[in-house]
Parts: sequence; C-alpha cells; structure tokens
Amino acid sequence: MSGRVDAAPPRLVSPLRGLFDVYVQEAKIAIAEQIQYRVANYMYMLGMVAEPVIYLVVWQTVAEQQGGSVAGITAGQFAAYYIVWTLVRNINIVFTPYGWEERIREGRLSAQLLRPLFPIVEDLGFFLGWKPVVVLLWLPIAFFLALVFHPVLNPTPLAVVVFAVSLLGAYLIRSLNQSSLGLITFWTTRVGPVFQLYIAAELLLSGRLVPMALMPEWVQGIANVLPFQWTFGFPIEALVGNLSTGELLSGLAMQLLWIVIGAILVRIVWHFAIRRYSAVSG
Amino acid sequence: MRPLRLTWLFFRIGALNDLQYRANFWLQLLQSAIQLGTGLAVLGLVFSQTPSLNGWSQPALLAVMGVHILMGGVIGALIQPSMERLRQDIREGTFDFVLTKPEDVQVVSSVREIRIWQAVDVLVGLAVLVVAVSQLEGSIGVVEALAFGAALVIGGLMIYSFWLVITTVAFWVVRIDEIAELFQGLYQSGRWPVTIYPEWLRVSLTFLVPIGFAVTVPAQALTQRLTPDTFLLAAGFGVVALVVSRAFFRIGLRHYSGASA
Repeated sequence: MSGRVDAAPPRLVSPLRGLFDVYVQEAKIAIAEQIQYRVANYMYMLGMVAEPVIYLVVWQTVAEQQGGSVAGITAGQFAAYYIVWTLVRNINIVFTPYGWEERIREGRLSAQLLRPLFPIVEDLGFFLGWKPVVVLLWLPIAFFLALVFHPVLNPTPLAVVVFAVSLLGAYLIRSLNQSSLGLITFWTTRVGPVFQLYIAAELLLSGRLVPMALMPEWVQGIANVLPFQWTFGFPIEALVGNLSTGELLSGLAMQLLWIVIGAILVRIVWHFAIRRYSAVSG
Repeated sequence: MRPLRLTWLFFRIGALNDLQYRANFWLQLLQSAIQLGTGLAVLGLVFSQTPSLNGWSQPALLAVMGVHILMGGVIGALIQPSMERLRQDIREGTFDFVLTKPEDVQVVSSVREIRIWQAVDVLVGLAVLVVAVSQLEGSIGVVEALAFGAALVIGGLMIYSFWLVITTVAFWVVRIDEIAELFQGLYQSGRWPVTIYPEWLRVSLTFLVPIGFAVTVPAQALTQRLTPDTFLLAAGFGVVALVVSRAFFRIGLRHYSGASA
C-alpha cells in the first residue's frame, strides 16, 4: 500500500474545444427552458408576428391600388418579403440592453464574473440554443401566413444556402451590437432612451419597416454605411429578392466585416466598462 | 359615488408617487417623440406612393394615428399598470391584501396603479389630432365632436374589459407575463383603420381584441365616416364587454387560493 492518493489528472481540453462545449451546454439549457414555457413563447411570438402582418397588409393594399406593384414590388413579393421577415426577426432575438441593465443593477453580474468565461459568450450560446425551438414554433405560423397572403418567391439553390448562412451572420451582428449597447449600463442605470433610438434607426435603416427599395435615395445612402441592413434586409432579400451571385456573396462578405467590427467594438467597450463595475449585492 | 371617490384617491396617491421622479417625464417625452417620428415617416412613405389608402386620405390617416397615440397613452397610464399589478399579486399571493379591503374587489384592483408620465402620449395624440383636423376638408360639428368623445370613452372601457379578461386568466395559468407583449404587438395594428385588413383579421381586431372599436371608430367620428349603426353597435358591444368581463373576473376570483403563508 503506498500512501499515494490517486487524483484524477485534470482533463486537458483545448481552449477552442472548451468554448464549443460551453456553447453546446448553453444551447441545451436554452432548449429545455424554452420548451417548458412554450405557451409564453407562443404569446411572445404572436405579438411579434403582428408587426410584419400590419406592414404587409398596408403595402399589399398600396400595391393593389397602384395596379399591382409599388417600386417594382408586387403584392406577392411583399407577402414573401414579410413572411421571411418573421423568420429573420425570430432569429434576431438576442439578449437586449434591458437584460444588461437588470443584470448590472441587481449585481447579478458578480457571479458571472467569477466564472472563467466571457459573459457575452454565455449569451451568444444561450440565445443560439433557443433558435431550434423558435423555428419549430414558427413553422405553423409561416404556413398559415403563406395560405392567407400568397407569397411569390423562386430562389436558386445558392440563394437558399446564402440565406441560411446570412441568418447566422444577422444573429451575430445584432447580438454583438446590442451587447455593446447593453454595456452602456455600466455608466448609466437607464439604457431605455438609447436603446429606443437604436431600434428607431434599425426600423428605418434595416429593411425591417419596408424593403429598402422603397426608401428615398439619401436614406439608402445612409443605410449603406451602417450595419443595420445586414441584419434584416440582406437575409430577406437573399431569399426573395432574386439577387445575383455577386450580390449574394459580397453580402456575406459585408456581414463578416460587420461581425469583426462588432466583436472588436464589444471587446473595447468591455475593457473600459468592466473597470466601472461595483457590485450592489452578492 | 364610492368607486369614483376611491378612484380619485388612488389617482392622487399615484400622481404624488410619480411626481417624485421627474426625469421620467423627459424620458417619456423622448420615447413619444421617437414613436411619433417613425409613425410620420411610415405615413410619408405610404403617401409618396399613393394618394389615398383604401379611401382614407393622408389627414384622415393622421387622425387615426392621433387617436392611436392618445388611446395608447390612456392604456399605459390608467389600464395596464393596475392590470399588471393584479397579475403579479395573483401569482405571488399578495392579492390577499386586496381581498381584505371592504371595497369592491374589481374596483380596487382596477384603479390601484397609475403611471402619470405615460399620459404624455395623451397630449401628443391630441396635438396630432388638432393638426389632422385642421387639414381635413369640412369642419367638425358639435355632433361629430360628441360622437368622438363618446366613442373614445366606450373604446377605453372595451380595452379595459379586454385587459381584465386576459389578466383574470392568471387565476388559472401561472405565467402570463408575455400577455403584455402580445397586446402591445396587436395594438400596433390600430395604427391603421381596421377596414384595410382582410375580413378574418378585421373581425378579430374588432370583437376579439377591441382595437377597431377603440381606435378606428373614434377616428371615423372625426372624419365623418361614422354611421349611427356602427356607433350603436360599439355602445352595445361595450356594455356586453363590461358585463362579461366582470362575470368572468368573479368566476376567476373563486379560483383564487392564495399563495402566501
């Protein structure tokens, strides 16, 4: 008998593998949690679907009055645009600045800071895990909307693939930007006004309110130098807008650019923000 | 008269409470301005493409928007706060304290909370209405003005009944927090006259969620589109909604078992 204590050697995992495992576990938690509250989830989703249905009815009415189309977009294409919109919007649900506000005000961030994990990584994984549930719940709604509003779309296989990839891009861009915005709560306790300005800008400059083609030229010019349209307009139009191969691929490249910018920005803001943190409770 | 005195009392307490936080006024004003700006931008976009939407001219749609903002202010200031408190109290068991008061439970539950800064939207809505009416052809007579006022009150009572019914569900279902989100989403449809929606949606938005009655009908009164038939239907349905919601609330009350120690 030796006096040696057999301790299991620490399992060595590469940092990247470790991060991937975190994402998977966060996703599992999210799925379990969201399935548990599916009624609440559905109410939330129905409330959200009201928004595009309103836009859709208005623009279909205008299109019909104008002899079938507005700015070259037919009633059927409007239907396709806003039905795909509902999926993109659902994918675009991310951790909001209000969540950050609560997290910081109530001192819950303290516990998160103790873990050897960047809190934003946790959010990214959790909300990404929610998505399969969201898409599952979304399918019947999309089916119903398609029956009622008769969408017209004929995407190429490449467009479908680009659309699928661009959903992830949109999710990442919006997540990163809203995280940066949320970090403002390290300086102020109320993020509401700033966030509402952000949402207003997003409504007008992303294609969330109307397809960008309906906007005046100068608005489109502003939108071109901002990230918003890569989170709504581009994914939707990738599927329904008959974009050329060049437009599809350069769109993905633009998304990648904004993801990199967003990630750098969040890192910089975090660097300064975290020094200001003083916990209220444990 | 007792319910009215009680309402006034709670109103004063609520107002005094909110007046402590004056910065909230400016935040609310900013929020209302953003909302108004986006609303006007959408109207501008629509009318850059078409001279009229389903028979509604630009000033007429501006009137709809005015009523929508005004009614939104009433809901946010007077209806929703008490209903959210009621939902929370039922879930946490603190509803016990309401039940022990020697007053009508529904009255107390419905007037306990107000948020006066939300009433900024009432003023913004009125301002939009004044601009809209001044652009409308034809003047507003006494009859139209009275019909408008009456339609607003009836519509407000219907929205209140609707909120009471969905909040009463909390007696059976624990988590209904998302109902506020659902209502906010649906309420946005009132930004446009319900007559533009396909029939199934129009009927739902009138009788199921009474946004048509609460927003479109008052706007119709202002723009000389309101027929006596519609007005009587609104009044009749308003009475039914009040009676049914009260009955449903009483049934729900019997299912309350308390959750606190």
